This record gives sequence, C-alpha cells and structure tokens, in this order.
Amino acid sequence: MIEINSLSKSFGKLDVLKNVKLTLNPNQSVALIGPNGCGKTTLIKSILGMVLPDSGEIKFDGHKIRNQFQYRNEIGYMPQIGHYPENMTIGHIIEIMKEIRNSSKELDEDLLHAFKLKNMFDKKMRTLSGGTTQKVSATLAFLFDPKVLILDEPTAGLDPLASEILKEKIIAEKQKGKIIMITSHLLSELDDLINGLIYMQDGQILLDSPIEEVKVNTGQDTVSKAISHILKTMQHA
Amino acid sequence: MLRILKYVIRDILNNKIVIAYALLLAVLSWSMFSLEDSSSKGVLSLLNIILLNVPLVSVIFSTIYIYNSGEFIELLLSQPIKRSKIWSSFYLGLCISLIVAFLIGAGIPILVYSPDSTGLMMIVVGVLITAIFVSLAFFSAVFTRDKAKGIGFAIMLWLFFALLFDGLVLFLLFQFADYPIEKAMVGITALSPIDLSRIMVLLHLDVSAMLGYTGAIFKEFFGTLTGMIVTFSLLGLWVLLPFWFSLWRFKKMDL
Amino acid sequence: MKYFVALTLVAFSVLSHAKTLQVGKNFPYKTIKEALAASENSDTLIINPGLYREGNIVIEKAVSIIGVNLPIIDGEHKYEVISVKSSNVLVKGLKVINSGIATLEDPCGIKVYQSENVTIRENVLIDNFFAIYLMSSINCTVEQNYVSASATEEQAIGNGIHCWKSKDLKIINNFIKGHRDGIYFEFVTHSVIWRNISKRNLRYGLHFMFSNDDSYIGNVFEENGAGVAVMYTKHVKMFNNVFRENWGDAAYGLLLKEISDSQIQNNKFTNNTTGILIEGSSRIQMSQSELKSNGWGIKISASCEDINLTQNNFLSNTFDIATNGSLVLNNFDGNYWDKYEGYDLNRDNVGDVPYHPLSLFSVIVERMPSAMLLFRSFMITLLDKSEKILPSLTPENFIDNKPFMKPLAI
Repeated sequence: MIEINSLSKSFGKLDVLKNVKLTLNPNQSVALIGPNGCGKTTLIKSILGMVLPDSGEIKFDGHKIRNQFQYRNEIGYMPQIGHYPENMTIGHIIEIMKEIRNSSKELDEDLLHAFKLKNMFDKKMRTLSGGTTQKVSATLAFLFDPKVLILDEPTAGLDPLASEILKEKIIAEKQKGKIIMITSHLLSELDDLINGLIYMQDGQILLDSPIEEVKVNTGQDTVSKAISHILKTMQHA
Repeated sequence: MLRILKYVIRDILNNKIVIAYALLLAVLSWSMFSLEDSSSKGVLSLLNIILLNVPLVSVIFSTIYIYNSGEFIELLLSQPIKRSKIWSSFYLGLCISLIVAFLIGAGIPILVYSPDSTGLMMIVVGVLITAIFVSLAFFSAVFTRDKAKGIGFAIMLWLFFALLFDGLVLFLLFQFADYPIEKAMVGITALSPIDLSRIMVLLHLDVSAMLGYTGAIFKEFFGTLTGMIVTFSLLGLWVLLPFWFSLWRFKKMDL
Repeated sequence: MKYFVALTLVAFSVLSHAKTLQVGKNFPYKTIKEALAASENSDTLIINPGLYREGNIVIEKAVSIIGVNLPIIDGEHKYEVISVKSSNVLVKGLKVINSGIATLEDPCGIKVYQSENVTIRENVLIDNFFAIYLMSSINCTVEQNYVSASATEEQAIGNGIHCWKSKDLKIINNFIKGHRDGIYFEFVTHSVIWRNISKRNLRYGLHFMFSNDDSYIGNVFEENGAGVAVMYTKHVKMFNNVFRENWGDAAYGLLLKEISDSQIQNNKFTNNTTGILIEGSSRIQMSQSELKSNGWGIKISASCEDINLTQNNFLSNTFDIATNGSLVLNNFDGNYWDKYEGYDLNRDNVGDVPYHPLSLFSVIVERMPSAMLLFRSFMITLLDKSEKILPSLTPENFIDNKPFMKPLAI
C-alpha cells in the first residue's frame, strides 16, 4: 500500500533521512518511535508530500506520489501541533475541509460528537486551548474515513477522558484493517493500538517488526516494556 | 481552487487593514480632487500618492499575510490539493481583495472627477501596480522562512522601485550627460514598473508637454498601438515573472 | 476718426465734389471695378449685398469703400482680393474671402502698399492667405476686423494682420484666429496694438521683431502654437495683456529675446508650458503681473541682466523660475510666491526669511532636459525638500529678500 524505497533527505549538511526503506500494508498499525530528531516527522511529511525527498521514491497504491496530490484523499493526518488560521472558527475549518475533500463517502463524525465540538463551532481558533485544538486535529484526521491514518503524537495535550476517546477510536479503525502510523513518546499508551513497531535513529530505520515478535525477542509481555527494552539496548549499541 | 480562493478573500476582507486601506485611498482621492482646481491637477497629485502608497501597502500587506498564513498553507498541503493551486489561490485572493479596495477607494473618485482616458489609465495602472507588488511580495516570501527577513526584503523591493531606482536613473543621466541617451533612458525606465506607470499616466496629461525632447520620444513610442502593447506586456511581465518564480520555488519547498 | 478721414478727403479733393456710387446687381454699377473706374478721389462706393468675383481689385484713388450687410468679395483662391495703392482709403464692412495661395507673392485679403491714412474697419476676412497686410505704410488703422482661417500647416498659410516697415499704426479690437501668426510686426515703430484677441494661430499670437517704441495693451493671446514672441526690440510697453493656454512642447506665453529698456506690467500668464521665456535681454521692468498654473513661471537665461521682477504673483506653477546658469544679475525682490514657507514675525506682510525660488529639480532639468523623465517621482520630491532645507546646488544669490506673505492685489 505504502512503499518507501531508499528515501534520503538532507537539510543543508544535516542528513535527516538515510536510505529509508519501509512498506506498510492494510491491517498494519505501527508505532514509529525513536529519539528526538531521528527523522520521524520528516518521514511522515515525506509521505504527505510536504517534504520533497532528495532521492528515492514513495509509492502509494503502486503509484509514485511525486507531484501527485489525489492520493492524499486516502490519508488522514493529525499533526503534532495543529496550526490553524486564527480568525477562523472551528465550524469554518471543518466546513472548508469538507469542501476541499468534497468526499462522496459518508463522513465519520464519531469524534465530532464524542468531543462535543458542535457546541463550540463559533469559537475562533485563536481562543482555543492546546487540547481543544488537538481535538479538532483528531476530528479532521478521521472525518473522511481515510484508508491511512498518520497520527503524530495524537494524545499529547489531551485530557485523560479525551485521550481515552481517541484511543478507542484508533482501536476501532485498526480493527477495520486500516493502515495506522503513530508516533508517540508515551509508550504506555500504545499497548492496544499497535501491532507493529518501527524504530528510527539518525535517519535510519533500525527495527521494523510485528509487535509479537518484538515481545518474544525481548522477553517482555507488554508493548511498552518491550519498547523500553529496545530503546535501552539500541541506544547503548 | 475556488474554495480556497473564496476562503482567502473572505479572510482578507474580514481583515480591518484592507478596509482601512480602502478608506485611506478614498480620503486621499476625494480630498485631492476637491482641493485642486482642475481634474487634471487632481489626477496628477493623486498619481504621486497612488504610486507611493499602492505598492507599499500591496507588498507589505501581502508579505505579512503570506507569512501569517504559513500554518494554513501547511494544513492545506496535507490535504489532496495541488501545490500550485494553493499558491495561486492565495495570490489571486490577495490581488482581488487589494484591487477591489483600490477600486472602491481610488477608482470611484477618479471615475467621478475624471471620467476620460486619463482616469481610465490611472485605474488600469493602479490595478496593474497592485498585481505587480503582490507578485513581488510572493517573490520575497519564498526567499526566506524568516518572517522579519521576508518583510524586510519586501520593503527593500518597494524602496528600490519607489526611490532608489530613480536615483540610479539620475546618476546615469549625470554620468552620460554628454551622450544622446534619451532613447536608452526609455528602455531603462521600462525596468521599473512604477516609473513606467508614472510616465504612462503623465503622457496622458497636459503636463506631458513639459517632458521636452525625452517626453516626445516617449510619446512617439508609447503613443502608438505597438507602444501601448509593449508597455502593457512589460507591466504584464512584471505581474507574472515574480509570481512564476515564487511558484517554482514553492513547488520545491519543504514545509 | 471717421470725420477726420472725411475732412482730409475733402481737403484733398478741392476741385471735385464727393459723390456716392452704388454697386450691386440692381444698381448703376454692376461691379466694383466699374465703379472704381468711374470714381474720383474722395468718392464713396457703396457695395450692396451680393457675391463679387472680380479677380484682383486695385484701389488707386482716395475712396471710401463701404459694404452693406457684408457683401462677399471672393478671390476664388487665385487672386489678391483688394490692393490699396492710394492713401486716404477706407475699406469697411466687406467680407473678403479666399485669396490666392502662394509662398512667393504673399497674396492677401486686403493689402496696403506704401500708403498713408488708410483705414480698414469692420471687415470679415475668411480663409485668406494673408488677411490684412500693411506694407511700408504710415498712420493706418486696422480696427474691429474679424479674421479667421483654418489652416493646419504653417507653410500653407500667412499671417492674420501683417505689418512691415511701417509706423504710427493702430491695430485695435480685432479678432484673429487660425493664421500662422495672429499679428506680425517687423520694422514697425511708434505703433499701438490694443484690445485684440489672437487665438489658435499655428505659430505666434503676436510676432514682433525689430519694432521699437511700440506698445501692446489689453490684448488676449490664447491657445497659440508657440505663444507670443517679442524679439530684437527696444522700448516696448506691454500692459494688461493676457497670455493663456499656450501649451505644447515648445510653447510659452511670452518669449522675450534680445529686448531692452522695456516694461511689462499688469499682465496675466495662465496655463502656459512656460509663462515667460527671457533670453539675452536687459533693463526690463516687470511688475504687477500674475503667473499662474504654468509649467515654468519664468525661464530666464543667464545672458540676461538688469531684469527687475517685483510685485508679481507666482501661483501654482510647477516651477516658478528656471535658469541655465549660476550668474545672477537680476533682481527678484518683493514678489509673492505661493510656495514660500517662511514666517512674518513683525506682521509687515514681508517674510522674514529670504525665498529661493529655484528648485533643485529645475536646476537639474535645465542642465539635463532628460531628467524631466523623473518628473513627479518620489525621489525628486525628496531631493527638492532636502535642498530647501540645505541649499547646496542652486545658485545662492538667486533670491527674493523680501517675499510677500500674501498675494498682491493685481
């Protein structure tokens, strides 16, 4: 579904991605983890076409994405920190996104209801708290029932209740067989959300395997423990 | 494309700066025309104001707006829209809003007081100058991601065309005073959209008689149909080239 | 005047009695030539309404020719229409049209040859090459004529009222338009040009050369190709004239070239490219005049001296003054300049700081006409402002030490 081949990208002298190779297929829900500055966000932005790689290619559904835009219809993206035009209201944003997507699919308004955003439609983005902004981002990511979900630190800034709602939504989508890619620093959250693990460091993917395998290899029984075990060994290596 | 355009225009028109700009132009225009005893003098005084203020407001407002919209542009980029469509929508949105403000502020009084070819020329020139300096704003916005640097660069561009370029022309005139450079000067002034516009309007006014021999050369050239076509093509290039360059950069930019 | 002429006529014809000859279709004389042949000095020819095509009519007797209801005398574009070759002739009330066109002979509507005391009055002259021509004549009067032509090229047309080598002429209350020069004076002395209107002539409204001791008073010169030129002359008085709308590449209200010992008073110069252009002139008094809305108020060349400009109003000119040199032998004290920004602490209506009427840009443009390209540009405005504060390039002694605070009543 998503095929990344020898992707490289440097910003000036800094090599952010080095020959990255990755394949994601339906039913895969992976956690993308790694230390700060390892290239996670750049990888995500490359998939979204926001960062243009120096070499290598990304294929979506078998088609190269360079200079394409239609494929983004199939991606729901939730940025780490959502930036929105300050003078717009939540209602406006959602309306514009609907117009831009112009999707014929039925809209998935689960989060819209769960977060009770409809009551706040007239609020300007400028006046919102970080958490509420995240709720808007999350809602937008899921709204068009995309085949691929890319969630960058989805629960950061959300209150426990909202965080729980979002996690349940992710699990529900995972069960529908969607491709889900999550980056998170809160390892404990990932337990039920993922079935695969990708570890990046210095612009390279050092580990890419199903979570069961990881658990067996590390001898740990939860995802978070397994990951922290890996982190420790990797960083010492 | 239209959807983003609609949003941009609505957002700008909600912005009080554009309304203040239209009001400023209106106050200046109406007072210029009522202070001067003939409409031709009114046009002349207004010409200075338009050639100074319209580029300044167009370039600075647009640059700031582009930087402030960076986040929204980023959001749009994650959506299924072509990059060129996003960029063009912002350009058109800014152009249309500022041109509408110009037409309401300055266009109406010009049409009321000087409803002839001169007035029409003023309006056309004002519209083109707006489009050109919005285009230059896009040009400066793709140069750097640093908002302060970008705005500084935009102001420099304005300063160059409004002031420094004429200084350069004067310097050249002094340097080559002993040579017959009138024709060359025609070519050189064409390099500045503000000068080109100023001379175009001046040639339509009776003060053109004061321009002397060089003015006569200008008149001979710009008075003809070919001259007009060349002039408007040049101004058209000034609209297109900076924007094209910015679009080319924007398409290759990492966000 | 009429009686005076009549009396003179009587005096010259002691022997014969003056008689009246009627000319017209239904009158004793069918043609003017017939009547002229039958006439004697001091006779009167009454020309009744009609169209007269008689080629060149030559008047060689001291007769009065008086038209009734503007009879038309047509030169058919071939002939000089009326040639006056006698003194004491009156030509009045005729409509003289279509003289011949030739560049060598200068055919005219009415031409006076070496005569005295000729009066040309209340005629209408349409589409003649030269309309009225006084050659080597003395004490003639051209009064209340309407002169009009509609040429588009200078070469294809002569002057409206052309006077050459004459003296004691009175050119009064005529209206001239569409000729090459409206009124032309060359070697004409002790004459007066009074209350004429000369407009839309191709070249000059008044063209004036080698004509000493003349006055022109109360005339209006407007929309002429180049304005009015007064050249190579001494002792000219120019009072109460209006120079208006002489607008074009090389147009001016008034050109003074090599003029000396002359006076310019109470004139108005409005909407001219250049109000007054003064070259090589000396000892000129100019006062009580108004220069308004001109491109340049006065352009004064460095070759002028003793030009005394005082008590004039300079109002909304683009440039009040321009000069091409730095030597200033002229006086500009005591004028009103609307661009003056000084103050008057002692309230005597005279500004306390001197005024420099030369703007930097006008100096630059004089040196380099191409710099006019930068006219009305922001940079020029800035340069002029800074020069006003810290004069550096403009001649220091080009100055009005006693500028008035308020416009003078003129």
